[in-house]
Amino acid sequence: MIKVVQYINQFFANVGGEEMAHIPAEIREGHVGPGLAFQQAFKDEAEIVATIVCGDSYFNENLDKAKAEVLAMVKQYNPDLFIAGPAFNAGRYGVACGTIAAAVKEELGIPSITGMYKENPGADMFKNKVYMVSTKNSAAGMRDAVKKMAPLALKLAKGEKIGSSAEEGYMPNGIRVNFFEKERGSKRAVGMLLKKLAGKEFETEFPMPDFDRVDPNPAVKDITKAKIALVTSGGIVPKGNPDHIESSSASKYGEYDIEGVMDLTEETFETAHGGYDPIYANADSDRVLPVDILRDLEKEGKIGSLYRYYYSTVGNGTAVKSAKAFAAEIGKKLKADGVDAVILTST
Amino acid sequence: MKLELGYIYIKDIQFGETSKVENGIIYVNKDELKSIILEDQNLKSVEFDLAKPGESVRITPVKDVIEPRVKVEGPGGIFPGMLSKVETVGSGKTNVLKGAAVVTTGKIVGFQEGIIDMTGPGAEYTPFSKLNNLVMICEPIDGLKQPEHEKALRFAGYKAAAYLGELAKNITPDETETFETLSVTEGMKAYPELPRVAYVLMLQTQGLLHDTYVYGVDAKRIISTLIYPTEIMDGAIVSGNCVSACDKNTTYHHLNNPVIHDLFEQHGKTLNFVGVIITNENVYLADKERSSNWSSKLAEFLGVDGVIISQEGFGNPDTDLIMNCKKIEAKGIKTVIITDEYAGRDGSSQSLADADVSANAVVTGGNANEVINLPKLDKVIGHINYVDIIAGGFDGSLHEDGSITVELQVITGATNEMGFNKLSAR
Repeated sequence: MIKVVQYINQFFANVGGEEMAHIPAEIREGHVGPGLAFQQAFKDEAEIVATIVCGDSYFNENLDKAKAEVLAMVKQYNPDLFIAGPAFNAGRYGVACGTIAAAVKEELGIPSITGMYKENPGADMFKNKVYMVSTKNSAAGMRDAVKKMAPLALKLAKGEKIGSSAEEGYMPNGIRVNFFEKERGSKRAVGMLLKKLAGKEFETEFPMPDFDRVDPNPAVKDITKAKIALVTSGGIVPKGNPDHIESSSASKYGEYDIEGVMDLTEETFETAHGGYDPIYANADSDRVLPVDILRDLEKEGKIGSLYRYYYSTVGNGTAVKSAKAFAAEIGKKLKADGVDAVILTST
Repeated sequence: MKLELGYIYIKDIQFGETSKVENGIIYVNKDELKSIILEDQNLKSVEFDLAKPGESVRITPVKDVIEPRVKVEGPGGIFPGMLSKVETVGSGKTNVLKGAAVVTTGKIVGFQEGIIDMTGPGAEYTPFSKLNNLVMICEPIDGLKQPEHEKALRFAGYKAAAYLGELAKNITPDETETFETLSVTEGMKAYPELPRVAYVLMLQTQGLLHDTYVYGVDAKRIISTLIYPTEIMDGAIVSGNCVSACDKNTTYHHLNNPVIHDLFEQHGKTLNFVGVIITNENVYLADKERSSNWSSKLAEFLGVDGVIISQEGFGNPDTDLIMNCKKIEAKGIKTVIITDEYAGRDGSSQSLADADVSANAVVTGGNANEVINLPKLDKVIGHINYVDIIAGGFDGSLHEDGSITVELQVITGATNEMGFNKLSAR
């Protein structure tokens, strides 16, 4: 039998409305309020052994303290599953549910789930941290919420594979999961276009991500005094690729000393990149990483100096997440070494 | 332009003394076909094998999949500009051996890829596991350069498909289906109340093993243009690309383009399917700008209300996709785009290399980075030892017991961006 602990607020525990929102967390044995519907949905597979009731104001005004108290209560039951809410469109309740559901998952390692309306402020705050079922905006949607939350909760408790958000009913959480639709893609496209043409509501299968559009820094004040660094995603590495940077889907970047290097030659440098014809880059890597030109400019006094190291990775199929992490590290080093400007080259 | 497709349903394929199609069974005289294929002096040898639905067979590395068709009535022949003269095709009657295909495989080392499993979990992801396949293993003469090798292999596939198609020329089809596209003005008169819709078909054109051909022309060298949908059903567009096999359009996909079929299904009912705009995906920025300028201009020229745009490939072509979408939307024409995703093995990374707010209606063929375990199958047709180095494979992909762990990327047609499959992601 799967042991379940549920978290609900004072209102759903029938303690009272706003006037009772100050009550601290307390434990009740068994199920309370919405727990009954969950218990029925679980049939004999799971049992709600305890319900934690807490006032919304208390939780939100004493966030750290309340969180620690509730965590301790959950821990003493050592359940197989934790359910917070559902909170529907109640803002403070939603934040409390998200906070505690995520904390139980992360800190206690117990499968955890919550549910709320998509516009509840707790949704955006926690939907990527814990499975959060999308519910209607008021308690009138309790039946619907239980219908979605209970099966997903059982799956989580049993450690079963969780399908895509579209199948399981949780809010998209930034993790893309494959599944088989009922209709083929072309048919879905025709259907979506007809809706769009008719001005009806349609649902895209992939919401466009927010791309980081980085505004350029102001121009370098005096380029003749500036220390310039070279950074590339074109994969230029010392011959033999000493760090074994992958040809595609790179998991690392390299830092290479070019002190005294005036020119990248066929004998000394090459590209590790697998996504473009490497013949020209291998013959003369300056084509991708213009060390020779910068040395000339340095000699002529047109730039202050070329930074001693360059950084290189492979852009081909490399996850944006990895690229961001590389950039943060590289940027820190460049800044610490007093580099004034960077020339970024691709392929 | 009007075309009648006659479907002859194929339930089996066998080798036999005489090549023929009888009672839904294709019989192939290997020697006769072999002598036709070996007319190409660049090919040293060719072997044939059969792969049928449910068999414990893995085909790899797959180059192309081609459905056998034959012109029965009307001008031109199948694969105009490639095998047949460049007569305009797409009208009259064409017979189709439905349920059969020619699959080409051969080692163009370091480039060649694609897996078709006829059974097991991998079979769920490729439409070709449901077909009765004639598999060709071609070996080039020694010292043949890769581009010539690729071409020889490509043509061997067309020839074999045309050879099989020819067997169906005088057979009465089990079922027929008619497709008709009216001229722009006739169409407007016939369906004045229906929204006008075009299909923007993007063709992969990035170089060796990333190419597509239209009436024999390398599509890198075309300016976006118009084509009747039925021309495509007669093989006006053929595939020369298979790298990252999951989202590349084989010749089979072009012949059976699902967007065209599903738009025809609604034609005259809920929309007026005006025609197809084809455009390419070149690597140079100027080409991308020019081609997307032209595709949006043609959509405007046709006076359509909406378009469906299908992509081919990923990464670099994401920019072409977004340019097409953005520029067509900017003209006040509604778009739906079909793409696939590279969200990382754990699905947590950004799926596309480019994005725009106007791309607000997206259909996805799934995350190509998702990892799948494919058990050992009894028989491998082709060369299994390339699995470690093909795109979607990695060090350790091929296990000692013959099973393989790979990204979906390696499975031919798995995340097809014409919307051929039901696979999707959220």
